[in-house]
Amino acid sequence: MTASSLVSIEDLTVQFRTDRGWTTAIEGVSFDVAEGDCVGVVGESGSGKSVTALSMLRLHARGTSRFARGSVRYGGQDLLRAPERTLRQIRGRDIAMVFQDPMSSLNPVLTICDQISETLCLHQGVSRAAARQRAIELLDLVRIPDASRRVDEYPHRLSGGMRQRVMIAIAIACRPRLLIADEPTTALDVTIQAQILELLRDLRAELGMAVMLISHDLGVIAEFARRVIVMYAGRIVEDAPVDVLFRAPRHPYTEGLMASMPALEGGAGRLYAIPGRIPDADEPIAGCRFGPRCAHVEAICQAAAPELVAIGATHRVRCTPRTRTSGTS
Amino acid sequence: MIRLTLLKLLQAVPVILIVSVLAFLLMSLLPGDPAVLIAGDQATPEAIEQVRRNLGLDRPFLEQLGIWFLHLLQGQFGSSLMLNQTVLSAMAERLPVTLSLAGLSIAITLPIGIFAGSVAAYYRQSWVDSLVMGVALLGVSIPGFWIAILSVIVFSVILGWLPSSGYVPIDQGAIEWLRSMILPAIMLSLFQIGFLARMTRSAMLDVLSQDFIRTARSKGLSEWVTVGKHAFRNALILVITTMGILVSTAIGGSVVIEQVFALPGIGRLVVQGILARDYPLVQGVMLIYGFAFVAINLAVDLLYTVADPRVRYD
Ligand SMILES: Nc1ncnc2c1ncn2[C@@H]1O[C@H](COP(=O)(O)OP(=O)(O)OP(=O)(O)O)[C@@H](O)[C@H]1O
Ligand SMILES: [Mg+2]
Repeated sequence: MTASSLVSIEDLTVQFRTDRGWTTAIEGVSFDVAEGDCVGVVGESGSGKSVTALSMLRLHARGTSRFARGSVRYGGQDLLRAPERTLRQIRGRDIAMVFQDPMSSLNPVLTICDQISETLCLHQGVSRAAARQRAIELLDLVRIPDASRRVDEYPHRLSGGMRQRVMIAIAIACRPRLLIADEPTTALDVTIQAQILELLRDLRAELGMAVMLISHDLGVIAEFARRVIVMYAGRIVEDAPVDVLFRAPRHPYTEGLMASMPALEGGAGRLYAIPGRIPDADEPIAGCRFGPRCAHVEAICQAAAPELVAIGATHRVRCTPRTRTSGTS
Repeated sequence: MIRLTLLKLLQAVPVILIVSVLAFLLMSLLPGDPAVLIAGDQATPEAIEQVRRNLGLDRPFLEQLGIWFLHLLQGQFGSSLMLNQTVLSAMAERLPVTLSLAGLSIAITLPIGIFAGSVAAYYRQSWVDSLVMGVALLGVSIPGFWIAILSVIVFSVILGWLPSSGYVPIDQGAIEWLRSMILPAIMLSLFQIGFLARMTRSAMLDVLSQDFIRTARSKGLSEWVTVGKHAFRNALILVITTMGILVSTAIGGSVVIEQVFALPGIGRLVVQGILARDYPLVQGVMLIYGFAFVAINLAVDLLYTVADPRVRYD
């Protein structure tokens, strides 16, 4: 954990209870989020992005999940083991979240005003009247037109894009130090997507908060993040600054993701897809979990599970052949 | 909102018409000649003919129906045969008893049923859940009259804590009124508590798994606010839709309970009326019950639109 890091995740391993016992959804996830940083997390569906994000605020359903190992350090505390009270003070005030589906993430029977004020009254102890005024300002800030009228409406009167703006307004209400956005644009159409991303970018600059943006769309990440974490089957497979990652990806999975990205320049349009599918959480695979889908698989890959190895000050890769050659050269 | 109320009122009109016609048909569908039944065994043919004319039974069917509606519009329900009073005043006398019973029982049912169901849902698949659901199942399956009689034996006869029967009007002292009504009301609410707890549990389970509950937690809200405000407000909408059934079973159940506890309410009146073949009285009670059900469902519909902003018209 470096001096400037805001949240530091170490060896995070989360398991869920299923009919067949405890299955491991993510394993050995370690990364830091620095103050004011902008981290992108990318990976196919089921790679463990949401599980990682929800763990940071301990938002998994109780009883059916457990943290087998690891820690999430924030402000000198381990959030995985902190008392519920402490955690509640951090949620929404220091670390806030925006979820994927704005249709279902807002309470349908409470007004927008109610849902924004709640956080303000709770964490900042402001009066209801003041909170209402703040709510209107926040709606302005997330560029909702006619905010003073919209504030008293119920979510069902708003479009998907507007609702996601409301979700963002709720999240930034207490000026959190970290905003975790779990696929905030996936449920929206393309033009709205671009607007929401632009809004997030502006808010980050304006409020100076760190943002962790989760997406399965490398294009979104490329535009937004400074640093990219690539996840595969519940593990981090590569972690690098965005320009390094796009210029010289080291993990075959990252290469595959890039090849399957539609070219913006409008190429021939034949899209590459990584063969095979992501393995289930409890599927037994010898060695590297990407091995069965990897075009460059070697005998050594199946011998032992690869470690996440630093190949530079800011670059980490989980691939035995690739880290071996770079390590010796 | 006003438009919606008017619309719902309009929709209630045909139902009320049908109920009125059914009550009317009671008279004509009777086996045998109602005039003979009413006039009694020893009546002379002249007396029977007199009764027939008084009741208007000698007129054509449609004319009888027309007269029936005309009387209803004027608020005339006719006179009771067994009691020496009009049907309307007989019912007005007994209505407070039934309303007390049903009202008190609903007042007991709502908080307990909703609380028990919510707790069961929150602690789903734990021993708390099993306990609540087990008791609720007992509540809906035990026959009302049996547990009511048992309770009289235990609380009135053996322990002597409460009067075993009889009704004390509320204007003769609220405490005495409560003492006379509490046991019947609890017995009446057993089924409803079980029913409501089960409905609330499934509504709550549904709501607690929704995304906005996770949003509420992510804001730092306590479990109490998350469940008591965010989840409960949503579950309430589903619970309100079952309120109609709840109140209807309270009224239906009151017939049995009034009988067991000898409470002089509408339910007991109608049982006596049926046994004495007091047809005008039975018709009157039928109408009152019919109107009550229509009014209850109307109220539930309106309550529903207030509780759920998604169906509110403004
Ligand atoms: N509550 C849960 N119970 C059991 N398994 C779960 C639970 N939540 C997640 N998982 C498992 O954890 C793995 C990772 O899921 P996660 O939701 O983090 O994926 P994701 O990367 O966010 O995918 P998506 O892009 O679809 O959101 C999946 O294999 C999933 O089956
Ligand atoms: Mg996800």
